[in-house]
Amino acid sequence: MNHELTKGIFRDNPIFVLLLGLCPALGVSSMVVNALGMGAGVIFVLLGSNIFVSLLKNFIPPKVRIPSYIVIIASFVTIVEMVMEAFMPSLFASLGVFVPLIVVNCIILGRAEAFASRNTLKNSVLDALGMGIGFTLGLSLIALVREFFGSGSITLFPVGNFDGVIRIPVLNNFPARILALAAGALLVMGLLKAFFNWLTDRKERVRI
Amino acid sequence: MSEQNLFLVESSPQIRHRDSTSSIMWQVSIALMPAGIWGIWVFGIRSLLVIAVSIASAVGFEYLAARSMKRSTVSDGSAFLTGLLIGYNMPPLVPLFIPVAASAFAILVVKWAFGGLGANWMNPALAGRVFVFFSWTSGMNAWKLPRTIQAADGVSSATVLGSLKTLLMDFSGEASSAVGMLRYHEYPASAIGQQISSWFDRVMQMRISAYTVDLAVGNVPGSIGEVSAVLLIIGGIYLLAKNIITWEIPVTYILSFALLIWAFDGLRFGQGLFSGDAAFHVLSGGLMLGALFMATDMVTSPVTRKGMIVYGIGAGMLTFLIRVYGSLPEGVSMAIIIMNIFVPMINRYMQPKVYGTAARRGSA
Repeated sequence: MNHELTKGIFRDNPIFVLLLGLCPALGVSSMVVNALGMGAGVIFVLLGSNIFVSLLKNFIPPKVRIPSYIVIIASFVTIVEMVMEAFMPSLFASLGVFVPLIVVNCIILGRAEAFASRNTLKNSVLDALGMGIGFTLGLSLIALVREFFGSGSITLFPVGNFDGVIRIPVLNNFPARILALAAGALLVMGLLKAFFNWLTDRKERVRI
Repeated sequence: MSEQNLFLVESSPQIRHRDSTSSIMWQVSIALMPAGIWGIWVFGIRSLLVIAVSIASAVGFEYLAARSMKRSTVSDGSAFLTGLLIGYNMPPLVPLFIPVAASAFAILVVKWAFGGLGANWMNPALAGRVFVFFSWTSGMNAWKLPRTIQAADGVSSATVLGSLKTLLMDFSGEASSAVGMLRYHEYPASAIGQQISSWFDRVMQMRISAYTVDLAVGNVPGSIGEVSAVLLIIGGIYLLAKNIITWEIPVTYILSFALLIWAFDGLRFGQGLFSGDAAFHVLSGGLMLGALFMATDMVTSPVTRKGMIVYGIGAGMLTFLIRVYGSLPEGVSMAIIIMNIFVPMINRYMQPKVYGTAARRGSA
């Protein structure tokens, strides 16, 4: 398939390879549902900002390009914030300050500066989707590990009479609480990064 | 070393020494024995089970990790020592899955994720302890009164420092020192401790509280291997005599900690400066175990003498800050692992002058 779309998911994964957007990755990864909500917000903002930056790239003077990108990004973040507050108040409450902080999420500005401002509209859209999905997958993976071991549960969306929380039998009573704390976020991220580095290393060694 | 290797000429230094990794690990384990036997005696046979589970799981994880890297490192004794230290750091009534989890974290994550013995930058046993301490706090507070204290049922078996921290939360001027505070709230002291204390008072004209005596001997609730300060010091002296550890880290650690306690601990009890009870604090908690056996871990401590002194003082200051102003009652394990993180930096800046060079201004 298209390289611009797939590169963000594996080879240039924003969290584990580019190491961009780590602030939300550490802040909202204690529950899977928060990670998914955050990921959806980031995909929307990234898509919107990449489209507009790509369309306006010939009109934005280079000297004021960063403020211009920030204005574009901030507009989309405001949309996300208002929609989320109106339709998903509980998610909005648990994400808290991290929703407005999407403005300063490095992936979004990074993609605007490094990709959308010098590529066509089609490629920018594909790049935004790929990066956004890669970010969501990375964030969800961290959240899955942290919530599984740190709280002994997996929280998803409630559907019907299922309350959205999968409880892991033994771990739910004796969770390794440290993984749900801030230190656990760094720990899990570092270990996952080490694991992915090991995988890539091994693949390269096999190729040689 | 086989006979053949003795004739191999390698690059300098060409000094041969009998010490090997495994002989050092076993000597440290032997030095730890007296304190452990004491712990097993005062807290009952279950403590032996806790230590055994810790050692078995640490060695087991070491075997698995080494096997996955196609190496064999179990015989170097480092995993045995890590397991032993984890067992010593557990409260006597700890649920048995906790030492297993501590060993798993220590061996797999702290040690092998970085490449095995020598590549870990944090003391595995302490990191394992801190990991389980924050994960299963109630299990890590399963204290038990030692058999040397006869107390009525229902007497709290919290540790000395833990009780002190709790009591100080709603302190209203009822006592003027740590010992006075414990006495006011009738913290249990052993009969032997009281006798020795009164003997010091009568014969030597020295006022040493029964609590201080109990802390030195080990008649207090606490982790299995940390309670008996005297037996740990004996083990430490053995290691010093064998040249396995050097004096810099333990002495600077304990001394800087004692000075800070003496200077500032009185403030917590509404007293002036220079009125803290240093002896009480030095003997309590895990300080002796930490300063003599864990801060001195060869892999995770600085290599130069100057560096060791900086490291020891840093650990002493952090222990003081955490214990007196922090929310944790003890702080030894946190202080040591925080200083472990600084070791590469200390090593870089505290290098000895190269022989034959003079310090020049403006040159590095």
